[in-house]
Amino acid sequence: MRLTITVNGTEYSRDVEPRLLLIHFLRDDLGLTGSHWGCDTSNCGACVVCLDETPVKSCTVLAVMADGRRVLTVEGLARGGRLDPVQEAFAACHGLQCGFCTPGMMLTARWLLDHVPDPTDAEIRAAISGQICRCTGYENIVRSVRQAAAVRAEAAGQADPEPAG
Amino acid sequence: MTAAGPAAAYGAMPRKEDARLIRGQGTFVDDIALPGMLHGAVLRSPYAHARISSVDVTAARAHPMVEAVLTGADLAGQGLAWMPTLSGDVQAVLATDKVRFQGQEIAFVVARDRYSARDALELIAVEYEPLAPVTDARTALEPGTALIRDDIAGQRDNRIFDWSAGDKEATDAAFAAADVVVGCDMVYPRSHPAPLETCGIVADLDQVTGKLTVWVTSQAPHAHRTMYATVTGLPEHKIRIVSPDLGGGFGNKVPVYPGYLCAVAATMLTGRPVKWIEDRSENLMSGSFARDYHMRGEIAASADGTILALRARVLADHGAFNATAQPTRFPAGFFHIFTGSYDLRAAHCEVTGVYTTKAPGGVAYSCSFRVTEAVYLVERMVDLLARELSTDPAELRMRNLLRPEQFPYTAPTGWQYDSGDYPRALRLALEIAGYPQLRAEQADRRARGEYMGIGLSFFTEGVGAGPREHMDILGLGMADGADLRVHPTGKAVLAISVQTQGQGHETTFAQLVAHELGLSPDDVEVVHGDTDRTPFGLGTYGSRSTPVSGAAAVVAARRVRERARLVAAAMLEVSADDLEWADGAWRVRGDPEQSRGIAEIAMAAHSSLRLPDGVEGHLDASAVYNPPNLTFPFGAYICVTDVDPGTGEVKVRRFIAVDDCGVRINPMIVAGQVHRGLADGIGIALMQSIAFDADGNCLGGSFMDYLLPTAVECPSWELGATVTPSPHHPVGAKGIGESATVGSPPAVVNSVLDALAPLGVRHADMPLTPARVWRAIQGRPLRPDLAVE
Repeated sequence: MRLTITVNGTEYSRDVEPRLLLIHFLRDDLGLTGSHWGCDTSNCGACVVCLDETPVKSCTVLAVMADGRRVLTVEGLARGGRLDPVQEAFAACHGLQCGFCTPGMMLTARWLLDHVPDPTDAEIRAAISGQICRCTGYENIVRSVRQAAAVRAEAAGQADPEPAG
Repeated sequence: MTAAGPAAAYGAMPRKEDARLIRGQGTFVDDIALPGMLHGAVLRSPYAHARISSVDVTAARAHPMVEAVLTGADLAGQGLAWMPTLSGDVQAVLATDKVRFQGQEIAFVVARDRYSARDALELIAVEYEPLAPVTDARTALEPGTALIRDDIAGQRDNRIFDWSAGDKEATDAAFAAADVVVGCDMVYPRSHPAPLETCGIVADLDQVTGKLTVWVTSQAPHAHRTMYATVTGLPEHKIRIVSPDLGGGFGNKVPVYPGYLCAVAATMLTGRPVKWIEDRSENLMSGSFARDYHMRGEIAASADGTILALRARVLADHGAFNATAQPTRFPAGFFHIFTGSYDLRAAHCEVTGVYTTKAPGGVAYSCSFRVTEAVYLVERMVDLLARELSTDPAELRMRNLLRPEQFPYTAPTGWQYDSGDYPRALRLALEIAGYPQLRAEQADRRARGEYMGIGLSFFTEGVGAGPREHMDILGLGMADGADLRVHPTGKAVLAISVQTQGQGHETTFAQLVAHELGLSPDDVEVVHGDTDRTPFGLGTYGSRSTPVSGAAAVVAARRVRERARLVAAAMLEVSADDLEWADGAWRVRGDPEQSRGIAEIAMAAHSSLRLPDGVEGHLDASAVYNPPNLTFPFGAYICVTDVDPGTGEVKVRRFIAVDDCGVRINPMIVAGQVHRGLADGIGIALMQSIAFDADGNCLGGSFMDYLLPTAVECPSWELGATVTPSPHHPVGAKGIGESATVGSPPAVVNSVLDALAPLGVRHADMPLTPARVWRAIQGRPLRPDLAVE
């Protein structure tokens, strides 16, 4: 089947088998190996990418289901050569160890902060509860997301004009 | 010389590894794609125990995308059908006679893409004659039980070994004289390390040079190289093992698996690179399990609460092949450290290892060899004793802990603990917890009919294997090398034998060297995971990186420093004896203005400067470190739970962990290691278990059934630290990678059982799932290892 998909802002057209999983399309066909495969059963979330605006487990999405849609992977998190605050925060707060779950965690974190700019710890934990990290015990992932929220809030504060009157 | 202790280059610093990992630019094994690469897939047995009548691969070979199909018969022709295990047994690479566990490897398909390889597995026809499975270790030795290992000449039953440690007579005498004796049967269920990245390999035999390059998920690349050489007959210098970024290991990536050898055989056969990546079910069902110890513990004490003696009887389920990863002379690992942290008069343990029709393994899942099982046993027994004596478990522990002045302490089973201040660690944990207030709250809640538990554990680990005259794996002594090069501009490259799977070696080891040489950690590059570029060593597991390889790095750095001293003396035209190492430079005694740092010295060492006779120039040095002893990290943990007696649900409300791992090189990384192990403790105690049904079917074969903790099961960890340096490690450090996995499960279990005490529940086995807790409350506990009652 012919598939046209925009990944990290670049449009790709490929002939693929209907059964091809999105994770394998991204990794094997496009060479975007930052998204990882970990379990086959939608439990671990190492394969999380954003499909249009929503995080999905790309091991449970057929590539053809993404036809005509936009995908964001870890390779597209940085903008204009600048790391996303989430990426900076994961490194600063020791929010990763082996780094295998990290791309998926960061994509979920970015989605969360796009929707809930100042999440509570419970909201952060709920947001990443469909993803497994075997290294961090989650503590520093939560810290990382909090720090990214603070950095984004500060940047937004600087960017916003003074309220009138 | 620099005294042991934290200094300039030590301390929390961001990790060097992270720059690539946060960009998705790491290189994991499955990220490697070579031109012409083929993809392998393994056909596995649906039966736990069956004779293979025939394997017909005709249709699979005819698949248009298939390049080769290997069977046991094919491998037998090359002498590769069986391979040595890490414990002196053999394991089938591809089955030729019988299958002995569900998921055992039978055939290997090599195709042009991964989906086709899987398709072709469906085309292989295997005829089986099912045999009786043996899934209950407790029946493995009963007369009439099926003989699993009929391939071993002279093997008449399912016994692997009998092993004991300690003084039986003295222990029996202490028990006979004791006022109080408490016993308990307990199971440490079969578990699995389950790193998020499964195991995999890319094997590539260069047809021209004859060099085999293997990218593989290995925690021990050098040991793997020697094993590949031994098994395949390829000369060892023609084998290069690259262990790139690893997505966790936790013991799972220590062994060589049949799939690896199939990929090697396939690249030799096809002349093309072959990739094999196991799926999650393969990882859980056939890769190395951990634990599976069926234990009877007994503890003896005087009426005043002085613990006198401990004994244990263990049935160790090793699965179908004895592939347990232990130093050769320790068939039950270091289980005989089971006297724990207490001042006992006598102890004795007996361990019997048995074969069952379950997956082989027995890896040290985030622990030193079998220390986890030992700590669980003693910490449960101490809690049971406290209940018997109606004594507070914290008070009973404080009363019996080893005292600081007893170190170095020789345990009744022979271990010599290097250093410790146990009461200090326990006091700190109690203080952080607010222990008296917690007990008061518990009393209030109990009065209201609420079930709150407070559980303690105090653990001593023995890590950093190990002294080579006592410890080897496959005959390879457990010493590790380090090579340190200092370039003319004073930038350094350290090559190490151990392998990071997330522990941050590239950062911590740079800090170790930088501290010794007065450099910035940014000026030290750490090379690891490539056997062509690094010195020999046994790899990363059992928390041995810092205790063994870290020590090698420090010794090499100190050799560089001594070489630099001679060059500095020539530069300053003084005697080397007149120089002292101070503030990261060689300085003339009494004349602080006259000093030279490593960068200046390195340039001089590579220059035309005339050097004294016998001084070679350059500064490079290497070392092999043979540790004189293990290091013995310890800690005090407290877990607070709330249990719903109606549903059996356990909520971990708080977890306090005080760890002492000696000198902390990078406290940020140390804390991260502890966080990881505490999550392990929640998982192992409450969720994770690989059980089997009566037919030998594995019931933990996916993450739908093998439950791992997520962010909502884990509380926010509360850490504390004490620092008692190791007297024999060059910088006073001890291992920390696995302490929390060892120490936390008994704290969780003790907490749940403390919560259930008013209901009369004395013991329940892990994992304490809602169903298991509820059944324990009903007085009808479920067995954790079997899906039968």
